Formats: sequence, C-alpha cells, structure tokens
Amino acid sequence: MYLLSIDWGFLIEKAALISVILGVSLLAAMYTTFAERKVAAILQDRRGPNRAGPFGLLQPLADGAKLFFKEEIIPTHSNKVLFILGPCLAMMTAMMTSAVIPWGADVKMFGRDVQLQVADINIGILYVFGVVSMGVYGIMIGGWASNNKYSLMGGLRAASQIISYELAMGIALIALLMTTETLSIKQMVLQQQDGYWNVVKQPLGYIIFLVCVFAECNRTPFDLPESENELIGGYHTEYSSMKLGFYLFAEYINMFISSAIMACLYFGGYDVPFVDDKANAGEWWLLVLQLGSIFGKIIFFLFLFMWVRWTIPRFRYDQLMNLGWKKLIPLALLNMLVTGAVILYLQNKK
Amino acid sequence: MNTLTNRSAPVNRKPMTWLESMYLPSILKGMAITFSHIFKKKPTINYPEKTRPFSEVFRGLHVLNRDAEGRENCTACGLCAVACPAEAITMEAAERQPGEEHLYREEKYAAKYEINMLRCIFCGLCEEACPKDAIYLSQTFAPANYSRKGFIYGKDNLLIPHPVHEKEAYLAAKGNVKG
Repeated sequence: MYLLSIDWGFLIEKAALISVILGVSLLAAMYTTFAERKVAAILQDRRGPNRAGPFGLLQPLADGAKLFFKEEIIPTHSNKVLFILGPCLAMMTAMMTSAVIPWGADVKMFGRDVQLQVADINIGILYVFGVVSMGVYGIMIGGWASNNKYSLMGGLRAASQIISYELAMGIALIALLMTTETLSIKQMVLQQQDGYWNVVKQPLGYIIFLVCVFAECNRTPFDLPESENELIGGYHTEYSSMKLGFYLFAEYINMFISSAIMACLYFGGYDVPFVDDKANAGEWWLLVLQLGSIFGKIIFFLFLFMWVRWTIPRFRYDQLMNLGWKKLIPLALLNMLVTGAVILYLQNKK
Repeated sequence: MNTLTNRSAPVNRKPMTWLESMYLPSILKGMAITFSHIFKKKPTINYPEKTRPFSEVFRGLHVLNRDAEGRENCTACGLCAVACPAEAITMEAAERQPGEEHLYREEKYAAKYEINMLRCIFCGLCEEACPKDAIYLSQTFAPANYSRKGFIYGKDNLLIPHPVHEKEAYLAAKGNVKG
C-alpha cells in the first residue's frame, strides 16, 4: 500500500494552488490587454475603451468573445500540425513559468502549513530560464508553419533576438546569483526580507535584466518579431480566431510572469517594506499585505511595460543587435567581474 | 547659408557618444514626457452623452417651419429646389381646400416635400432662397439609417412639431433654430 500512502491533502493543496494561479494569470492577462489600451489612451490624451460596461471594464470579455466567434482559418499551404502546435507551445510555456514564483509566506490553513508557491525547487531560476527559452519555439514554429515570408521573418527575428538577449540576461543573473548564493527564488525572497532588496546590490545588473526582459517579452522597443507595420504582425500574420488569441494572451501572460520574476529577484518579492515579516509570521493581515506587495510590484512593472511601449519607437534591426551584443553583453560581463571582485575582497577582509 | 526661418537647426551628424548609444537617458527623457501627458486635459468629447456646442449659424438637418398658430409656412414655390446645387430637394404642390386654413398658411402648400440627405451638402442655399421663412437648417446632425431609402426625408421627418399641440417638442426644436 505504499502508493496509496501519498499525502492526498498535499495533492489537493497543490491542485487548488495551481488552478488559482492559472486563473489569476489568465485574468491578469485579460485585464492587461484592457489596461494596455487604457494606458495607451491616457498617455496619448485619449479616453480609451469606455463603452462595454462601466469604464469599459467588460471590454476584455467582449474581445475574448469576438476572438472565439471569428472564423478559424488554417492556410492550405501551411503545415497543419505545426500550425496548431505553435500557439499551444506559446501558451503552455507562458503558463508553466508561474510554478516557481512564491506569492506569499507560508500560511496555516485547515491545520496544514500551506506554501503559496507551487514548487519550491532548488534550481528555481534555472527552471524559469529553461521554460522561457522554450517560449521562442512557439513563435518560431508558428512563423515557420504559416508558410508566409513575413511570418517566417518574424519567426527568425524572434529567434535571433531572444537568443542574443538571453546571453546578456544570463550574465546579469550570474552576478545576482553570486551575491545570493542560491538558485531558489523563495530563498532569494527570504534573504531580501532580512537585508536590502537586491536592486540595491545590483543596480546595473537590474537595468540589464530589465532591458533583456523587454526583449524576451517581445515588447516595444524590441517588438521586431511582430512589427505590425513592416511585417503585418510577423509570426502571427496567418493566425485567426482563438489561435491568434492564444499568441496575444501568451504575450500578456509572459509580461505578467516576467514582472513577478523581476519583483522576486530584485525587489524583494512579497516582502513588505518597513514591516518585520519574521516577527509577524502567520498573521492574516500580513498575508494580505504580502499579496498586496507582490501584486503592487507586478502592476508597477506592467505599467512600465506599457509606459515604455507608448513612449519609444521600435529599434532598427542593426540597432537591436548592436545594443544586445556590443553594449549589454560587455556591460553584463563587467558587472559580473566587479561583483566577483567585491565579493572576493569582502571575503578576504574577514 | 541663408535660412528661411529662424527656427531651423543644422542636423547633428556627430557619432553617438557611448552613453547615447545606450539610449537610456533619452528613453528616460521621453518617458517623462509621456508621463506628463497623464495629467493633461483630454480633448475628446464623450459623444453621444455630451455634445459639442455649435455656433449660431451651424448648418445641420433641415426643418420645415410653422407659424405661431401651427400652420405650415411652405407654399411649394420651388425656389429652394432651384437654389439647391446638389439637386436634393423635390416637392409637389397642392391647393389648400376650404376648411384647411388651420393647416396651411397660404392657398398653396407642399403636399410632398423630400430632401435626399445623401445628396444634400448642407450649404444652406435653400434657407437663403426661401421667401416664406419656411425652411431652416437646424443644429441636429449625423443622420443614421440602415438603408439608402431611409435618407430621403419626407415631410414627416422635416416638419417642426406643432407649436400649440406639442409645445415642448416645438420649443426644443425651435431652440436650435434661428429666428
């Protein structure tokens, strides 16, 4: 009876947590599309969607319903299996990343210690990297399978861009990992609760990381894979109905998760500033504050994504590559070397 | 070199400095500009909840006027149709019968009066041509319809409400009409 001796409560707990997190990220993605339009409007002195429901709050539902009812077109010259696989992969990888994000400290619920994190694996950040790199396959496969030159170019751009910027991102992260000495995101958040937020220790690393996150999420000024005016939508030119919806959704979920990861790595995650999280552990008001803290940070980063999008134009392709290879990677290497030197100096001083 | 205005500036072709080539300072400057726009007043008017105030002489949809007793002013003389550069107006005249004196002000009246709003260019020449003060351009605008036929406005669409029997509607329509 070894098999039956699994902790069923654990399974139920995790299943519930996963569904809640997926639900929240889908809802967040929905309302990020709304917020994007609203922020765009406000930054451009317009009003934005305000017809569906109060303040236009039902707009995402209307958009979703519209996407569902659109005709589903699969081009005859496309590779059907890959064509369908593309958006599925994009959506799957976007949703998988949320597994290692700690949303709050452990809580006591129904007599159990419930972790507000699906999996506290000791290689958390590497897992994120692995899954995020998979995300480019969704775009590449979609672009390739469409059998359309614009889509293919979009896919190629996405691939080269994401590979280029992942390097700088990785090196910026190595410097961070040298200071934290752990790969577990939960541990990093706990460290930041005790000391300073990592952004204080790694300001340059954070800026490099932020720029690379913009590139990884294909957000302006790095939205070359989509570039709706030169590539007519790039990799999703041929997509219609909910497949297109999946691509767009995946982009917004990626933004949401990237914001959460940036908050956890550099801004203390669910750490509430000026409150002693350790002394008040287990209090309900603290949990509310912690959730408010992480979601506040996420919302700020989402706003940042939009704010930048409606401020600057897209990079030219050579500018993109120059920035990635000639500026960010040397800077990240320098940052890593300086961090290493400082750590060595501090160790020898003891 | 002589410049045409004092606003022209020579193009800066200096290669970017290292900091400029990171783009970050200028991006931050741009972000400050967009952020300041959050607090700017929005020029959009929330139509149809709010409408823009028009000038006194705005030329919108036409109304056929009545006099104070509610009798139609139009005598179907056809001057408006002649004046109309878009040839949007057609009418048929009829003679007033005894007992219809409370309906029509003079012996001749328009039995049929149609304006094709798709042809009309809202120039107001009909208003200028009318000797009887019978046709006015109001401040209502944006006619909408599902078919082209619906844009041919007959007397039922054009006549101003009766000033005695439908006083409120008449005053509302009158509020937008000069004279």
